[in-house]
Amino acid sequence: MPKKYHIETKAAPPRFLAVGKFSTVEFREDCAGSCRQCVKKKCVYNVYKDSYQHVITMDEPEFLYICQSCFRCVQECTKGIFSPVINPEYTLMGDEYWQPEIINQTWFQAHTGRIPVSGAGYRGLFSGAGFDAMWTDMSEIVRPTRDGIHGREYISTSIELSRKPMRLIFDKEGNLPVSLPEIVEIPLPVILQPPAFGVLSQKELLAMAGAAQKLHTLMLIDAKDYSSSFTGFDGTMVPRLDAANYKEYVDIICKSRMVEMVDSSGIEREFATLRGFKPGLLISVGLPLDASAASRALELTGTGVDVLHFYAEDNGRETGSSNPRTLRDMIREIHRKLVDGKVRPTVNLLFSGGIAMAEHMAKAVICGADGVVVDIPMLIALECRLCGRCKRGESCPVDIGDIYVAWGVQRIVNLIGAWHNQLLEVMGACGIREVRRLRGEVGRALFLEDLERESFAPIFGQRKVPCG
Amino acid sequence: MNTIKTKNILPESVNTPSRFRNPIGKYLVKRNSRCAACGLCAELCPYGVHIKPEGYSRPLPPRSHLCIGTACAGNDFYCVKRCPNQALSVNLNPTLQALGDYRWTPEMLIGHWHMAETGELPRVDLEYSLGSSGGGFDKMRFRIPDAADYLDINDEDIDTSLNLNRRGDGRPQKVLSLPCYGGGMSFGSTALPVIVGRARAATRLNTMTCTGEGGYPPEFLPYAEHVVTQVATGLFGVREETIQNAPVVEFKYAQGAKPGLGGHLLGDKVTPEVAAIRETVVGSSLFSPFPFHSVYSVEDHKKHVDWIKEINPRALVSIKVSTPSDADMVAVGSYYAGAHIIHFDGSYGGTGAAPDIAKKNIAMPIEYAIPRIHRFLKEEGIRDQVCLMASGGIRNAMDAAKAIALGADGVVIGTADLVALDCIRCGKCESGRGCARGIASTDPELGYMINEEYAEQRIVNMYLAWRKQWCQLLRQYGLRSMKELVGRSDLLVNMDYLDEAERSKYPEAPKNKLVI
Repeated sequence: MPKKYHIETKAAPPRFLAVGKFSTVEFREDCAGSCRQCVKKKCVYNVYKDSYQHVITMDEPEFLYICQSCFRCVQECTKGIFSPVINPEYTLMGDEYWQPEIINQTWFQAHTGRIPVSGAGYRGLFSGAGFDAMWTDMSEIVRPTRDGIHGREYISTSIELSRKPMRLIFDKEGNLPVSLPEIVEIPLPVILQPPAFGVLSQKELLAMAGAAQKLHTLMLIDAKDYSSSFTGFDGTMVPRLDAANYKEYVDIICKSRMVEMVDSSGIEREFATLRGFKPGLLISVGLPLDASAASRALELTGTGVDVLHFYAEDNGRETGSSNPRTLRDMIREIHRKLVDGKVRPTVNLLFSGGIAMAEHMAKAVICGADGVVVDIPMLIALECRLCGRCKRGESCPVDIGDIYVAWGVQRIVNLIGAWHNQLLEVMGACGIREVRRLRGEVGRALFLEDLERESFAPIFGQRKVPCG
Repeated sequence: MNTIKTKNILPESVNTPSRFRNPIGKYLVKRNSRCAACGLCAELCPYGVHIKPEGYSRPLPPRSHLCIGTACAGNDFYCVKRCPNQALSVNLNPTLQALGDYRWTPEMLIGHWHMAETGELPRVDLEYSLGSSGGGFDKMRFRIPDAADYLDINDEDIDTSLNLNRRGDGRPQKVLSLPCYGGGMSFGSTALPVIVGRARAATRLNTMTCTGEGGYPPEFLPYAEHVVTQVATGLFGVREETIQNAPVVEFKYAQGAKPGLGGHLLGDKVTPEVAAIRETVVGSSLFSPFPFHSVYSVEDHKKHVDWIKEINPRALVSIKVSTPSDADMVAVGSYYAGAHIIHFDGSYGGTGAAPDIAKKNIAMPIEYAIPRIHRFLKEEGIRDQVCLMASGGIRNAMDAAKAIALGADGVVIGTADLVALDCIRCGKCESGRGCARGIASTDPELGYMINEEYAEQRIVNMYLAWRKQWCQLLRQYGLRSMKELVGRSDLLVNMDYLDEAERSKYPEAPKNKLVI
C-alpha cells in the first residue's frame, strides 16, 4: 500500500503575545477592596493572574489579551467595577476582507496545527459575497463514499499540474508516435507564493520555501529573488519569468520542474525555447483575473501550457474593473468557458488573491479550480497583523524579518496542515474521496441564488434586491 | 373547530432572577456620590430599578436591567429628572459592545434573559425577534394584518398543541402543549443539572426534551414520559431499557452545526461520570462516526426503525437529519421507512463543539429547506401523515412562527434554552473545563453552578413568554390554533422581495456592525 500523505504538525508558539479580542476596563476607584470575594482570583481562564505576571515582568502593557469574555467578573463583582470592551487594537487589524477573526484564527492554526473548533452555533452573517454565498453539500444516508472523520485516510487530495492529451492516437503498428508529458502531481491543491508586501528579509522566503518542500508542493518566486540561498529547494521553486528576461535565467530554468511566464501577446511562442532548455519542463502562465481572463484561457489552452495561474486582487475580486466580480463567479466563468470549449481536461487552473481560509480552497475547487495559490495567510502565520506599516515604510511591530527559519517553516506547515484537515472534513461530509472529483462539481454545492430562486421565489415572488 | 383549553395544562411563571448579581441590561443606571439617600427614586420607579429596603441607610445599587431607559424621560416618575441632587444618570450600557453576535444580538440575548426571569415579554425597547444576520428569518416579517381578521379571544382559548403521531398506525397519539420541544443535549456536552432541569421544564410544560448522544442518566427517570432517547451514530449509552423508557426515539443521522460529520466531545469534558455512562475511557475525545455504519440504503434505515418499533411498541420514531440539497427526497424516504417525525436540522444550528468550517459552510440553512420539503411532501400526498419538525438557528418565538408558516409543524429548540440559563454564547463550550458559566461543563465545580429548580423555572418562564407572542400573532390573523398557521407562507413577506415603498412599512432588522 502506498504511503499516505500526512502533514506533521507540531506546536509553534507565537513570539509575541497575540492581539486578543476582548479586554476589561476596571473602575478601580469603586473597588470595595475588602469584600474578600474578588472575582479576579476566581477567573476560570486565569486572565488576571497571567496579566499580573506580565506586568511584573514588564512584558506588555496591561491588556487582558486572553480574556474569553465569559462576563463572570463583570456580573459577579460585588461592586460591578468591570466593563468588557473589544480590544481596539484587535479592530484595527486587517481590513474589510481580511477581518480580525480571520487573522486570529490563522494564528491559532499556525500555532497549533489544529482545526478551529468551538461551541455554540454559527455566529456570523447569513451570507455574503462570493464564497460566502455558497454552501458545500453533504451526503445523508444513501450515498456510497460516506466515511466522515473516520475515513479520512482514504481521501486523496492530490492534483496534477501537468497538461493531459485529450485522447491517445496510435500509429499503424499500435505504438504511440509521440511521447506523453510526464505526470506531475502535488499532494494537496495548494501551492505557495510570497505576498506582494511584508517580505522583509530572505528568512521569510526561506521559511516559505522550506514549508513548500516539507508539504511536497511548490513555491512561486520572482526570478530576481531566486538566490543561491535556495540551493536544495530546486524541485520546489517555480521561478516567475517573462518573455523579455527568461533567457537570462537559463541556469534556474534547467534546475526547475516548473516555471511561470507572465502572460503577454504571443507568449506561447516561447514555450518551445523553454522546453529546449529543459525537456519536459512544466509551464505555467500567470495572467490577471480580469474581464478577458476566460477568453484568454481558451486561447492559451492547447498551446502546450500546463497551468494557467490567475491573479485576483488581494480581496478576491476581479482586477481592472470598476464593478469587480468575485473569485467565485470568475472561477465558474473560466471553468465553464473551457468546458464549453471541450478543452477543460487538458489544462490546470490555479487561482491566487483572496484565498484566506480553508473553506476558500474547497469552494474554489468546487467552482472549477484545480488548486489555489496561498500568499497572505503565510505572512499571517508568521504573526503579521496586516497593520500595513511596512507598506508605508514603517517598522514591523512583530519584527517579521527577523524570524527563525525553522520556526517559520513549522508555522506555515501547521497552517496548511490545518487547512488540509478542514478540506478532508468538507470532502468527508460531501462523500467525495478525491479532490480531483470535486473540481467543478457544483452538484456538491448550494448557491445562494439557486436556493433563493427554488425555495423563496415560489413564496415571495420576484426578488427586488440583488443577491450578495 | 377543535381547540384545546390550555389553562390548566400550562404552569405558572415564577420570578426567577439571574444567578449573577449584576444582570446585564440595555441601559446602565448610575448613582453618583451626590446621592443623599433620600429614597425618592425607590418610591418613584414602578419597575423596581431602585430599591431602598426598610432600615437601610442607603438605596441598593440600581438594578439597571429593569430600567426602560430613555423612553422613560416623558414620565413624571423619571428618576433622573426627579432626583433632587441630580445624582442619577441613564445611558446605553457600553457592555453591549462586547456582547452577542450577528445571529444572537445583544438585545435578543437581553430580551430572552428577561423572559426567563419574569415569564413576560420585555417592557424595555429591545429588538428580541430579529437578528443582524441580514438573511433568512431576519429578512422575513409577518404581513401587516387586516384589522378585520382580529380575533378577540384569550390566550387560554388559543391552541398551541402539536400532535407528533399523524400516521394513524395504532401507536399512541402524543400531543404536546407547545409547538416545540427540546433538542438533543448530551450529558457530557452539558451539565447534569441543566439537562435534568430541561426535563423537569418539559414535564411541566407538557413538551419534551432529548438525551442527545450522551446516554440516559438515571436522573431522567422521573420525567421519562417527556424525554426523547436519541440513538446517534456513536450509540453512546444506548441500551434496550433506554429505548423502552422513551415515548419517542430519535435517530440522529446528522446535526446542523456539523452536517456530514459525527458528534464531537473533546477529551477534557470526558470526566469519570461521563465516561461511565458512555461506557468509554476517561479523558479520551469522542468523535462519533458518520453516518450509521449499518445504514447504506433506505432499506437499511427501515430496518433500524423496525428494530426500535419492535423493542418499544409504544414508541414514536423521529428521524433527525441535516439539510442537504436532496432534503426533500430524504424526507420521503424516512416517511416510507416508517418514521412519525421527520426532523430537519439546518446548517446554522447549535452545538457543544464543531469545527468552525462545518458550522458555516456545509448544507443549507433551515429557511430554505422547510418550504421545499413541505411542498414536496404535499406533492407526494403524504404531508398530512408526518410531523415535520425544523431546527437549526431558530432563536426566538417569531423564528419558530416563521418556520411553521413556511411549512413545519413545529420546531426543536436548543440554544434558547441555554440562553434562558444565562448563556452569553461566548462559544467556549468545547474544551478544557468547558463553560465558565456552568452550563456546558462537566467540571466538578462549574458543572454544579446551576441547580435543577432554577433551570426548570427559567426555561418554563421563557416558553410561557414565547406562548404569549404566539397567541398575539395568531389572534391578529384570526387563527385559533397553531396548526392553522402551518404552511401559511402567504402571511410572510421577505424584505428583499418587496419594493422600497412596501419595505418601509415593516420594521428594519438591527444593522449592527459587530466584531465576531
